[in-house]
Amino acid sequence: MAAPKKGRSAGAQSKPWRALALILIAIVALTGGMFASGHTTPRLGIDLAGGTSITLEARSGQESAINKTNMDTAVEIMHRRVNGLGVSEAEVQTLGRENIIVNIPRGTNSEEARDQVGTTAKLYFRPVLQSQVGAAATPTPSDTPSTGSSGSTSPSPTNSDGETSSDSASPSTSPTSQGRAVTDALKADPTPSTSTSESAKATDGASPSASADADIQVLQAKFAALDCTDPKQRAEAGKGKSTEPVVACGEDNGGWSKFMLGPVGVDGTDVTKAEAILDTTTGAGWKVVMDFNSGGGDKFAEITGQLAGQTSPMNEFAIVLDDEVVSHPYVNSAVTGGKAEISGNFTQEEAQNLANMLSYGALPLTFTEASVTTVSPVLGGDQLEAGLIAGAIGLALVVIYLLVYYRGLSLIAIVSLLVSGTLTYLIMSLLGPAIGFALNLPAVCGAIVAIGITADSFIVYFERVRDEIREGRSLRPAVERAWPRARRTILVSDFVSFLAAAVLFVVTVDKVQGFAFTLGLTTLLDVVVVFLFTKPLLTILARSKFFASGHTWSGLDPKRLGAQPPLRRTRRPAATADPKEA
Amino acid sequence: MSKLGDLGARLHRGEVGYDFVGNRKIWYAVSILITIAAIVGLAVRGLNMGIEFQGGAVFTTPKTSVSVSQAEEYATEASGHQAIVQKLGNDTLRIQISGVDTGKSDEIKQTLAEDLKMAPEKINADLVGPSWGDQIANKAWQGLGIFMVLVVIYLAIAFEWRMAVAAFVALVHDITITVGIYALVGFEVTPGTVIGLLTILGYSLYDTVVVFDSLKEQTKDITKQNRWTYSDIANRSINSTLVRSINTTVVALLPVAGLLFIGGGVLGAGMLNDISLSLFVGLAAGAYSSIFIATPLVADLKEREPQLKALKKRVLAKRAQAEHEVELAADGPLDDEPEDATPAVVGPRTQSGARSRGRGGKRR
Repeated sequence: MAAPKKGRSAGAQSKPWRALALILIAIVALTGGMFASGHTTPRLGIDLAGGTSITLEARSGQESAINKTNMDTAVEIMHRRVNGLGVSEAEVQTLGRENIIVNIPRGTNSEEARDQVGTTAKLYFRPVLQSQVGAAATPTPSDTPSTGSSGSTSPSPTNSDGETSSDSASPSTSPTSQGRAVTDALKADPTPSTSTSESAKATDGASPSASADADIQVLQAKFAALDCTDPKQRAEAGKGKSTEPVVACGEDNGGWSKFMLGPVGVDGTDVTKAEAILDTTTGAGWKVVMDFNSGGGDKFAEITGQLAGQTSPMNEFAIVLDDEVVSHPYVNSAVTGGKAEISGNFTQEEAQNLANMLSYGALPLTFTEASVTTVSPVLGGDQLEAGLIAGAIGLALVVIYLLVYYRGLSLIAIVSLLVSGTLTYLIMSLLGPAIGFALNLPAVCGAIVAIGITADSFIVYFERVRDEIREGRSLRPAVERAWPRARRTILVSDFVSFLAAAVLFVVTVDKVQGFAFTLGLTTLLDVVVVFLFTKPLLTILARSKFFASGHTWSGLDPKRLGAQPPLRRTRRPAATADPKEA
Repeated sequence: MSKLGDLGARLHRGEVGYDFVGNRKIWYAVSILITIAAIVGLAVRGLNMGIEFQGGAVFTTPKTSVSVSQAEEYATEASGHQAIVQKLGNDTLRIQISGVDTGKSDEIKQTLAEDLKMAPEKINADLVGPSWGDQIANKAWQGLGIFMVLVVIYLAIAFEWRMAVAAFVALVHDITITVGIYALVGFEVTPGTVIGLLTILGYSLYDTVVVFDSLKEQTKDITKQNRWTYSDIANRSINSTLVRSINTTVVALLPVAGLLFIGGGVLGAGMLNDISLSLFVGLAAGAYSSIFIATPLVADLKEREPQLKALKKRVLAKRAQAEHEVELAADGPLDDEPEDATPAVVGPRTQSGARSRGRGGKRR
């Protein structure tokens, strides 16, 4: 037992510089990484930076509906929505099994965001009246749309640029031809009765005698004016009654396209199921298959029947999710039987995304607001400041206590605390961009509480060293002998602490999680710092005269510690004499 | 420092020390009394559950000169529910309205902003549905359960099942006391409190584990000698780690005190305050239980083992004999410390660990 211990400690003793160099390299590397990533401060949570944090709770008729797939779909949809408001930094995450948390930074219209995330998704199928690819798009000839294998179906895709861009690029997009196209489409519309209400709205208080043509003029003007590259306009576009034609934007292969769409043909709630499957029989690649309920199937058959005979782009229908066109496949023939498939050059991811979006209409989940926290930047700043002051006070008190109690030795503890603090800060800063870690108030609390845990490791070690000195050893052997035992104690107790943090992190939600995360991180760092910094540093300093000679201010003065004369173990009588003196 | 350092040295040598294990019955009784009080308090008064557990809204205003009663009136009028208003340290108001639907809160906020003549965006709102707090609490209980199972398993493997049981009892003890104090004093329970409570888990055990670690080390070869019973050594373990335990507790409490001061004194109320308050109470209970409950309990459990029972018998017999010899010698001056003489007479130092131990427990 003694032999390997000695060997190990001798090994550790001989290479203290190596460990110190290692931790220095780590700090330098992390600092470099931090500056390289451009995030020199930890990302602040809503409660410190200001903003709105909304926690939604999923509700469902059937318990099994609250599962990962459905929740992920919902998150994706909500992400689209809040970011559709022009909030690029908003984040949406699942939280535990049945919650979704939406964090919206300050400076955004949080009321609107709340309205958005709270409501259920609006998925519609609208016929395309006209489309135009945004400036960036270049016409690439055709994505070779394939026909589906199943007999009943097949809206084939325009995986977009093909048709639409060539269409818009051609000079045929003259006002007259467009006008005619729209009129035709409106005639084909199954509910033409909407034209009056439509005119009232579209003309916006202009002559009440406005005809459908005037209506179309307005829509045309809107369409022409629409600039989909502008996020504000994009957010506005697509809004309108389901019974009226609208203009809308959609993303096509990285660029924006604008669309003029007819009234809603089929409602997204009529989709019962949508999934992405790999068509292995025809080699058509990934495709999306969707099922309609009976009412939806009939309507879809009707709309596709009308579209089938048209010319591009009027043979397309747009899948509109939350007022944005997510896909606009064209139709070859009427799709009957309540089943449809969309095929094209989908990658697996694209197909799955589309399927997800389509399923959202059928998602059997509703969400209720479990908690909404709005923090003004002022209060957030106050809280951050308070947290930092509390931390500073706590740290100062600990430092004073250590100084008084451990004197020179405490400098090692203080420097170790600083190293630990620096590492924590660096890692937190880096975790912001890396995994979306945001420092919130409970996390700050966790870090402050961790000061105690970290300092305790030093106390365990120092007390061990002192015990060894009390046994009459000189400092250098005392430092080495104390280490294996202190090491075990530190590992065992840190493990328990880490276990608590890990369990909390996995099981709990929201605020508790932030706290557990910091606690776990700092506990890990504590082990790293004690092993790679405190111990080697003490080994090195034990060689210095100040400590080795047991200077009064070193905190290791054998006399003060009441060390025994080394003789006592060899000559028993001396030992028995001791207690009497005491 | 010198006094404390000196105390540390004397504790280490076993010159001073408190017989924690010997007096365990007293401390068990104290703990049982406190626990009963806590349970009674919990049963009779119940916990003062915060708004997070009932559903409602908490608004925090910026600095304002509006009085508390005035604001209370405004808020009650605006919401149609009873409002509780507190003035916080920095002249801001905390308006708490329970039973408000999250959907209606925007209107209330608007109305309040008008009444208090401030911009609505400057008012912070914390709105919670009625089930949110429950969800947090349920998760917390779940976490607590899982943690306890894991930690008992871990301690049973790393140490032994008796220590695991003792640690478990100490943990339950700490949590009961903390919850009881919350019930008796009527502190508000919020998710922050729950967080604090959960942290106690780690801390309470952390302290216990350090004592156990020392105990395990010192009792490694216990059956190879017959001078000390398990209780003696357990007691010495506590005493020799006492300085560390005190230091740890102080060092842990200092930052929490900082939090409490800032959270309670300056910010008035909120997450910082809630976490630090429950931590403060729990840490104190944890330090107490690891010394007075966990280790004596291990000694109690251990000495039921036949091996250690036999050891105890041997040790006691030997001591009786030694005492007898001392009496025969009728050495007056040694009377007050009869056991100090024993090592010289009896003590064949058989174990390698005797180095520290030999001097350690002389006082017991």
